[in-house]
Amino acid sequence: MISHDILVVGGGLAGLSAALAADTRLSTAIVSRVHPLRSHSVAAQGGINAALGNSPDEQDDSWERHAFDTIKGSDYLADQDAAELLCEKAVPAIYELDHLGVPFSRFPGGVIAQRPFGGAGFSRTCYAADRTGLAIVHALYEQSLRRQVKVYGEALVTKLIVENERCVGVVIYDLATGQILPVRARAVIFATGGYGRVYLKTTNAYINHGSGIGIAYQAGVPLKDMEFVQFHPTSIYPKNILVTEGARGEGGYLLNNKGKRFMADYAASAMELAPRDIVARAIQMEIDKGNGFDSEYVLLDLRHLGEKKIQKRLPSVREICIKFLGLDPAEKPIPIQPAQHYSMGGIDVNDRCATSLEGFFAAGECACVSVHGANRLGGNSLLETVVFGKIAGQEASRHLEGLERKEPGEKTLLDEALAERNKVEAWMSRTSGEKAHRLLNRLKLVMSEKVGLFRTKSELEEALEEIREIREDYGRVCLSGICLRYSQVLVNMIEFACMLDLTEAITLGALRREETRGSHYRLDFPERNDADWLKHTLITLKDGRPEVSYRPVRITKYKPEERKY
Amino acid sequence: MKCTFRILRFDPVEDECPYFEDFSYEASEKKSLLEALMDVRNEQDTTLSFRYSCREAVCGSCAMVINGKFDLACRTIVDSLGSSLIVIEPLPNLEIQKDLIVDMEPFWQALHKVEPYLFPAEEIPEKGHRVEDRVMEKIDQFANCIMCGCCYSACPVVSRDERYLGPAALAKLYRFVRDPRDRRGFPRWSKVSTETGVWGCDTVFRCNEVCPRTVRPADGIESLRRRVVLGKIKQLFKRER
Repeated sequence: MISHDILVVGGGLAGLSAALAADTRLSTAIVSRVHPLRSHSVAAQGGINAALGNSPDEQDDSWERHAFDTIKGSDYLADQDAAELLCEKAVPAIYELDHLGVPFSRFPGGVIAQRPFGGAGFSRTCYAADRTGLAIVHALYEQSLRRQVKVYGEALVTKLIVENERCVGVVIYDLATGQILPVRARAVIFATGGYGRVYLKTTNAYINHGSGIGIAYQAGVPLKDMEFVQFHPTSIYPKNILVTEGARGEGGYLLNNKGKRFMADYAASAMELAPRDIVARAIQMEIDKGNGFDSEYVLLDLRHLGEKKIQKRLPSVREICIKFLGLDPAEKPIPIQPAQHYSMGGIDVNDRCATSLEGFFAAGECACVSVHGANRLGGNSLLETVVFGKIAGQEASRHLEGLERKEPGEKTLLDEALAERNKVEAWMSRTSGEKAHRLLNRLKLVMSEKVGLFRTKSELEEALEEIREIREDYGRVCLSGICLRYSQVLVNMIEFACMLDLTEAITLGALRREETRGSHYRLDFPERNDADWLKHTLITLKDGRPEVSYRPVRITKYKPEERKY
Repeated sequence: MKCTFRILRFDPVEDECPYFEDFSYEASEKKSLLEALMDVRNEQDTTLSFRYSCREAVCGSCAMVINGKFDLACRTIVDSLGSSLIVIEPLPNLEIQKDLIVDMEPFWQALHKVEPYLFPAEEIPEKGHRVEDRVMEKIDQFANCIMCGCCYSACPVVSRDERYLGPAALAKLYRFVRDPRDRRGFPRWSKVSTETGVWGCDTVFRCNEVCPRTVRPADGIESLRRRVVLGKIKQLFKRER
């Protein structure tokens, strides 16, 4: 049986950071559903925040200011001590990435270049042109080769194995062989990313089904703040491929069908660089008012930046527009619309990345510390992956220090894998039923239409009802005629169960939270309500049903005030 | 647009040899080949296998040969192919694991041989490294590589000598050799000065042609050759002194 001290699930930035930070005396391995270089982290474009103060006239930036912007951006739902930790560690984290080979763009004098991003008082976002995620993933993966970190690629984790209230391993579906196997581990770190694909319109990769979050939930670990879903203002219409916030950071305008920079009506001072929740809503309102094009999109105009600057700072955006739209942004504005982009909520962890389950840790987008609260600032997600990924690796190592080297029972592991295998065989033996992908599309449609940017009680209730119906239909899905080797159809089927849990948690959290905060906008409760709702939502699976509870937000020195930009 | 996908199918466990299978498909405007393949899999044959992830040409999963041309399925728009018959094959030079999925292991192994990672100095300099942007620009081209394997798979040298490191690995090495933050010395990296390393290249530039990210790996190989020669001359002079 495959056996390791620490098993990191996910080979994106959080997973790589965790594996690199683990104690080298321990045996650490990464298991990932794709090769690590195929992780969704590579799609991050715009940058990573740290208060380096490298911009010539902004040298008085500080991590405290970064923390303030992050907390204000979160609509005061972030735990302030956690946000402070994130921002304080940001500066050494960037220097370390640079030292490990990330080819950051530079300012004259050779220091790391920084660009302005939404919701930030300073030019604080470090970047490698507009392929920052790609640059960092490759650098960290390369360092993992140097350190000879073992990677099991193309293996989907389907279940957490718990024995005596301790996490002792996982079950994997190995795509290459088609086998379903147990993997023993004394500590497991989930770095499995977000759940973007539960929405029809999303900037996320096809692999982002969020099953890691669902698996944790099924193991009894609470999920936190799931109702907070980030919609990125600028995804290309109609493919919803991301156009980085850096495009606006470099000076891009948003225009409606009257040619007006409409952000003036929504955030007069920050304009296009207001936080994402505000800009995304503004765009959707313009479209809904009839100020868009084809009732679907508005325009992102980069033409005034000039071809040279676009090519230098935003080469991937240009390439994507040319390739996918047949349009050069140096000559024509880009049609854009909001699309799901990021999951603020996730597996409930503390600021040491520990969950309520002993031996089980989580970091990155799948986890909720919470540092992003109700709305994440652009450039803070890459930062979170490297800072908290590292903490997770260190903490899991420390956790094992004090633990006797008792091997968990082999029987539990084998039994759990067998149960998973039986489940798959039952699916395969069914000869009639609906096709899973059609049913999944129904779920995505419900989420996009009823649990999107603007929410109401009645729509959320309808969505909950429909999710429950889809869950029943899921029990009748047919999977006959598949081949177990390299079956993406089986992968989707396994993940579907998790997506049902996640969508239920998102919708239930949104229904209960009767206020508007950050990305969660309730048309029937349009004001923020600190008296009743300055608290985190926790959803736990108890006896097969979601149970909702709340936990106060930790406040240090930033008093909640109205957000104005 | 109505079209026929002629897809090379092979399951090494079940089939004796690869064969072509036709699927008819109605492609809507701007449909990517990857989206189309997913539709075919979902609606026509659930066993059809291919890799994918980001769908925006940055993860390198879905490289294949489309009407004889190496490209990523995600950034290939079906109606721009200008043909109703679309022949889709897995990357050559690598063994088929299932349908369009090939065994990338030889490609990764070749990469590992060049020690494809930065050798950093002991200490992180306070306030970070100072590197001018024009120096970074020199490695930008090569840092843009997504390891899709197109160049390796199209390389005529790889096809006749599997020991050859191939374009992606050598271009990656050059990226580090040019990086002022890297501490590997000439003796360490110049071990690629062999017939299976930098001197193996035929300079027919297939790699430059097929690269979907305009990395132009052959530029890196050429530059490595120059640096090898220069380095050896320098060593000679040192010895004479």
